[in-house]
Amino acid sequence: MRFAGAIAAVLLIAGSAFAAEIPQADRRSGYDFMKPDTRAMQDEDTANPGMLWVLDGEGLWKRKAGTANKTCADCHDDARTSMKGVAARYPSFDKSTGRPIDLEQRINSCRTSQQQATPLPFESRGLLALTAFIARQSQGVRIETGADPQLAPFIAKGRELYVQRQGQLNLSCANCHDDSWDKRLAGSAITQGHPTGYPLYRLEWQSLGSLQRRLRACITGIRAQAYDYGAPELVELELYLMSRARGMAMEAPAVRP
Amino acid sequence: MSASILAGALLVLPGGTAAQELRSYTIVGDAIPQSLTDTAGDATRGRALVVERSSTCILCHSGPFPEQKFQGDLAPDLSGSGSRWSEGQLRLRLVDASRLNAATIMPSYYRVDGLDRVGTLWRGKPILSAEQIEDIVAYLVSLRE
Ligand code: HEC
Ligand code: HEC
Repeated sequence: MRFAGAIAAVLLIAGSAFAAEIPQADRRSGYDFMKPDTRAMQDEDTANPGMLWVLDGEGLWKRKAGTANKTCADCHDDARTSMKGVAARYPSFDKSTGRPIDLEQRINSCRTSQQQATPLPFESRGLLALTAFIARQSQGVRIETGADPQLAPFIAKGRELYVQRQGQLNLSCANCHDDSWDKRLAGSAITQGHPTGYPLYRLEWQSLGSLQRRLRACITGIRAQAYDYGAPELVELELYLMSRARGMAMEAPAVRP
Repeated sequence: MSASILAGALLVLPGGTAAQELRSYTIVGDAIPQSLTDTAGDATRGRALVVERSSTCILCHSGPFPEQKFQGDLAPDLSGSGSRWSEGQLRLRLVDASRLNAATIMPSYYRVDGLDRVGTLWRGKPILSAEQIEDIVAYLVSLRE
């Protein structure tokens, strides 16, 4: 019995190991797959459309909100020092809910509990702007997400979702982003799917968008049921992807085709 | 923009896939020798389907489609398919490629079971109809090097 169990366990491991993880030395940002003109757009603040959201976010950082009539700066002072490296550690473990939360959810929890203001809707200009402003303070910082041992079960959950085949096209994230990242899906480079640049400006969207928006697009692309914004599954996927990108440099607000 | 594929083209449903009972078929060896519709497909319609983004073929495959600027390279070039495979072999590859290679990434175009979390728009429907499969098979058979 024990022996059979051991075989089953080995098979399980072999099965999930089918999608080989990308070795640290081979990890490449979506930036590396872009044409020189798109790279230049990201590199120069004056050309990077994402900087408009960063500027808006700086304004919101200093604006009083809610019945507490406080600004973000009232608690956190100068974001250039207090927020440096923060986005590189998200999603992080939230003690009050016992779960990981992403940066957008953290901003909204400060809004509701500290400022006593209404939460900003996902993908709203205000939430994207504040997220972009905070993430920008980590530009160049190495991703550290996942160091907290309390996150381990949620990272494992995210990885399960990542390797699971789903949708009418019956594909997993790993089929494309681990096994085929050097290939092209019609005209598009598939890339390794590292979330180094979010929120980012996508030329296709003509807008800034969150990582959750990107994940929902990939999920709908394989004709699976997209999770709602804020769903635990999306946060677990974000967490897994960020921990998978550990050591890579943050580039928000990035530009992508 | 080329990158709209995932957001856009994969979303569009090919015509004629209203919820329906799948027709039964018989596998002989590595082939489905009999037409799913009992009639021969139309190769011209088949070509049009293959190059249409919503059919999803050229997301992964390339082929003799000079007018298509964006073709995938996740899968073999379709040129010469008709010299490499018989009509019945091509039919099974379209209907359910996973029967031949359980780990393949090629979707099963005429299967509704054994799939997880299919979006409501697509649930219970095969990716292509039996008629569309037959048209594409007729086209692939005509691709000889
Ligand atoms: C059929 C192939 C395919 C599948 C399956 C797929 N993706 Fe993607 N993914 C792409 C393509 C193509 C892009 C766009 C690359 C670009 O232009 O930025 C992309 C982009 C991404 C990005 C953005 C990378 C960046 O540099 O900004 C992330 C993150 C991502 N995918 C994660 C996922 C996750 C998680 C899943 C599963 C839920 C998934 N993908 C499933 C093809 C796929
Ligand atoms: C997500 C990727 C993907 C899509 C979409 C896809 N295929 Fe494939 N196809 C493959 C791969 C990979 C193979 C190689 C064999 C294998 O993996 O089993 C293949 C093999 C084939 C073959 C056999 C090629 C040879 O000469 O060995 C044919 C014919 C074929 N596909 C036709 C089609 C057609 C027609 C469509 C659309 C209706 C399509 N495929 C959609 C990935 C794909």
